[in-house]
Amino acid sequence: MAQSGWTDKRPMSPHVQVWRWHTTMLGSILHRATGVANYLGLMLLVAWLFAAASGPEAYGAFERVASSIPGTVVLFGFTASILYHAMSGARHLVWDAGHGFNPKLASLLGGLIIVLALGGAAAIWIVAGLAPISLPELGG
Amino acid sequence: MVELTLPRNSEIKKGKIWPKPVGAKKFKVFKIYRFDPESGRNPTWDTYTIDTTQCGPMVLDALIYIKNEIDPTLSFRRSCREGVCGSCSMNIGGRNTIACTKGHDEFQGAITISPLPHMPVVKDLVADLTNFYAQHRYVQPYLKTTTPEPQKEWKQSEGDRKKLDGLYECIMCASCSTACPSYWWNGDKFLGPAALLQAYRWIIDSRDEATGERLDDLEDPFKLYRCHTIMNCAQVCPKGLNPAKAIAEIKKLMVERVT
Repeated sequence: MAQSGWTDKRPMSPHVQVWRWHTTMLGSILHRATGVANYLGLMLLVAWLFAAASGPEAYGAFERVASSIPGTVVLFGFTASILYHAMSGARHLVWDAGHGFNPKLASLLGGLIIVLALGGAAAIWIVAGLAPISLPELGG
Repeated sequence: MVELTLPRNSEIKKGKIWPKPVGAKKFKVFKIYRFDPESGRNPTWDTYTIDTTQCGPMVLDALIYIKNEIDPTLSFRRSCREGVCGSCSMNIGGRNTIACTKGHDEFQGAITISPLPHMPVVKDLVADLTNFYAQHRYVQPYLKTTTPEPQKEWKQSEGDRKKLDGLYECIMCASCSTACPSYWWNGDKFLGPAALLQAYRWIIDSRDEATGERLDDLEDPFKLYRCHTIMNCAQVCPKGLNPAKAIAEIKKLMVERVT
């Protein structure tokens, strides 16, 4: 770790080192992480369009990468990330309206949307026929 | 600033393991954060095993037992021992609470006890709360009025009085603020859940006449809006209060007054 900003001669008491996480804390960090993941995922989408615009060769290369096992894992993660961030975002709207602050309820809902995001992504992939994804053929 | 690791002078080393009591039928292990400012050494985790039939049921009872019977050098704050004063707040088993209302039988296995998180440590379990108190002072936690003082008291309807329930009970133990990751990373600029709950307590007090001024002062990217509804504050409050909700109410008032 680089030079710490802590200039106090006294020690800093432990924080994440000792903290036992609540579901709401996990939910919060996931909201941020999926926000970043969605941003990167959109770049993948752009790369896909770019590949399509560049011709059959580039498109074929993209398709090979996308339908490989690591590619599938990334795309599945992106799907779950979009679902999670959307549901978590809706929850933030509810919070902004002043509701849903009971800690137990908040934890319960927090856990539920994590499960729903993963389950929803799985459902989408099953319905979509699982990997290898069948990307539309280029015309011509 | 987000810094996940502890600074070098704060890394916790292995410490002393005190002997297990002989002939104890029921015992409990306490792993306690120790720091002696006079030693010049890093903090340590010291391990104490106590005979729980010999002490009261609460974590504070166990700490007092350790101090009286095993190791008189152990430092911690305590006063009322019944959840009123807020002095014995600390991190117990990974969550902040007050030691006097937490039973040690609520934990399985060893209980880890450290000072309130991400604070300068004065000694052992005693954290420096100077900044925390300064933030409380900053929100001006008292009635502010401009109209002439009434002959008797400032009156309030029962309904208006009810709005203060769930707010006035705060004992300023700092469990919430030091539980908050936003406060960990930006405690110098973000007021933190405890101070903001108190700010809200005065904002919605029907007798207070400085509501606009109070809101103006909180309209700041850090003071108020560093709250990202992580909810650690409400999860740990030993009095069952909900700073996260209070902060959301302040945010709502900010929107309402411009629309």
